[in-house]
Amino acid sequence: MPKLTYRDASLAAIQHSMREDQTVWCVGEDLGRGGVFGQYKGLREEFGESRISDAPISEAAIMGAAFGAAMIGTRPIVEMRFSDFALCATDELVNQIAKARFMFGGQSRAPMVIRKPMGLWRSSAAQHSQSLESWYVHIPGLVVVCPGTPQDNYSMLKAAIACDDPVVYLEHKGIWDLEGDVDFSKEYEFGKAEIRREGSDVTIVSWSNTANLAVEAAEALSEQGIDAEVIDLRSLWPWDKEAVLKSVAKTGRLVVTHESVAVGGFGAEVVATVAEQAGHALKGPVRRLGAPRSLVSYAPNLEDMLRVTSEMIVTAAQETLKKAS
Amino acid sequence: MTSAGHNFERGRSLLEMMERIRAFEEQACLAAERDKLVLGAIHPSIGQEAVAAGIMHNLSKEDILLSTHRGHGHTLAKGASSLAMMRELLGREGGCCGGKGGSMHIADFDVGMLGANGVVGANITIAAGAAHAIKLLGDNRIVVDIFGDGAINRGPFLEGINWAVVFKLPILFVCEDNQYSATTRTASMTAGEGAAARAASLGMRATTVDGNDVEAIADTVADIAARLRAGGPPEFLHAKTYRRTGHTSFDPATYRPANESTEEEKKNDPIKRQRAVLVAAGMSEANLQSLHENAQKEMIDVLKKAAETPFPASETAFQDVQDIGSPAVEAY
Ligand SMILES: Cc1ncc(C[n+]2csc(CCOP(=O)(O)OP(=O)(O)O)c2C)c(N)n1
Ligand SMILES: [Mg+2]
Repeated sequence: MPKLTYRDASLAAIQHSMREDQTVWCVGEDLGRGGVFGQYKGLREEFGESRISDAPISEAAIMGAAFGAAMIGTRPIVEMRFSDFALCATDELVNQIAKARFMFGGQSRAPMVIRKPMGLWRSSAAQHSQSLESWYVHIPGLVVVCPGTPQDNYSMLKAAIACDDPVVYLEHKGIWDLEGDVDFSKEYEFGKAEIRREGSDVTIVSWSNTANLAVEAAEALSEQGIDAEVIDLRSLWPWDKEAVLKSVAKTGRLVVTHESVAVGGFGAEVVATVAEQAGHALKGPVRRLGAPRSLVSYAPNLEDMLRVTSEMIVTAAQETLKKAS
Repeated sequence: MTSAGHNFERGRSLLEMMERIRAFEEQACLAAERDKLVLGAIHPSIGQEAVAAGIMHNLSKEDILLSTHRGHGHTLAKGASSLAMMRELLGREGGCCGGKGGSMHIADFDVGMLGANGVVGANITIAAGAAHAIKLLGDNRIVVDIFGDGAINRGPFLEGINWAVVFKLPILFVCEDNQYSATTRTASMTAGEGAAARAASLGMRATTVDGNDVEAIADTVADIAARLRAGGPPEFLHAKTYRRTGHTSFDPATYRPANESTEEEKKNDPIKRQRAVLVAAGMSEANLQSLHENAQKEMIDVLKKAAETPFPASETAFQDVQDIGSPAVEAY
């Protein structure tokens, strides 16, 4: 089994998909030179400039044109460079891509992957650091995924490319160099969470890079004799409600944590669902951990004020184990 | 083109299509105002029919069309069924979009009509992408995208036209200039020399045509389509016409001089003008009258049938959202 970085795992997924399906193509700014994070490196040499296509700095046109191309028989992979710039193509994604199939009564499909690297990336400040995954979950018509490991960035990207729905594919740009084993034969099923660590005392639900921090936190907790179960949702729409409810039924304790702003975040959806459907199973207070509702700074110490750390997850887990007063 | 060289058959068929579009929209307006059967907004293209008829005459069903909120005429001329369209306007079963889109999202993929759009200008980039895919797939179809004069002030106009030029795509962009953007005179809010000049500034061949002269539009687009099919670069057409009704069927358009529309009808109605062309080419009044009456009869009948059609089954409200995580499976 090869050891690959998160970046190279995505590269392999695209390469394998493009070899299998001639209608798959990639479009975005600077792809010919390998993309800004090197996540397209070498693909131009193999597939040529029409299938690894550069684009003008026209996010609306990249998104809109890829959509037009998706409606008539191709499977575009759209590169938005930074998820922040994808906001320039919000109409195209939210009003057009997500709605066309429905509005046209099922006459069309938009089989496309919209790659939007998100998240904190040291000293990138407020316009290059956002995590807006919860926005997209709110839009019917979109599939929303947040891979957090090299294996997932292979299997999930392959599945996204093969999917007939538009998939908002949110990679975390802080972990391009993260290494891990990647089994090319492993298939991803949309809406299936991964239990990253089994445990019986407290359930920690997360996704994207924060799931990696949750695994670290669980290891620290185990040294204190607390056995945490870590659920990496991986996909936010659809999301694996069953896995979460089952785990909470076992542990009776819940922490939900993500890098994005806590207020109105997807963590709230998870907590609300548990309250509605498994409230009786809860044995302690629920903890929801995300960024304060503030903006990301340039200065590293200020940036860190918005960062969820594994230490914070440890503390939150401990709090859920306190007796309800 | 009223000389001996006039293509009589084509001229007749252009008039016939304009009569059908006019009759369809007259009935649609009645369905809205008289019958209260069209519940949402409709944007009539009465007085602008020459653009739809003249362009679509040169396209096959395989060619791709994208249109605007004012797209009934384009859709009908591309070959959609008038009954399926009327059902869509009434939100009924069997409408082109199953009653889920209505007038503003009318589409018929079977005839290459990839949709009107409720967002001004949004189809410009999408149409460029359709042409992009045609080029990638290596087939011989062409794309036409029609938008209003107001759309040239939106960003997608720049982004989409630049895209088409850069990638040398087989597409014709048409600015159907009816001089109004909702209640505003477009000229009062538009800098520079207008649509064609803007396209030309991006290196695109831009042609201006009398948008009420259906023969001229058909001729011009025949030439452009031939160039595109031969692998030529994208082109632009500015067709100047006039919006005779209000912005929607309910808008009395009190913001413009009371006689402006009637004066325009007297001088420039594209149907009257084409009738005159055909009379000069030898068509009898009786034949003209029967073209008119057939169109009227078709659309009266279509409205009657559409009104008798049931609303869509309620479960379709949850269908065709998405395959993965569809609401039929997941309420929330
Ligand atoms: C992005 C956007 N802004 C505003 C509107 C509201 N609106 C609908 S049609 C219209 C006028 C459009 O004018 P034009 O492009 O000339 O088309 P016309 O209605 O004249 O056919 C406006 C402002 C909209 N639908 N989309
Ligand atoms: Mg207008």
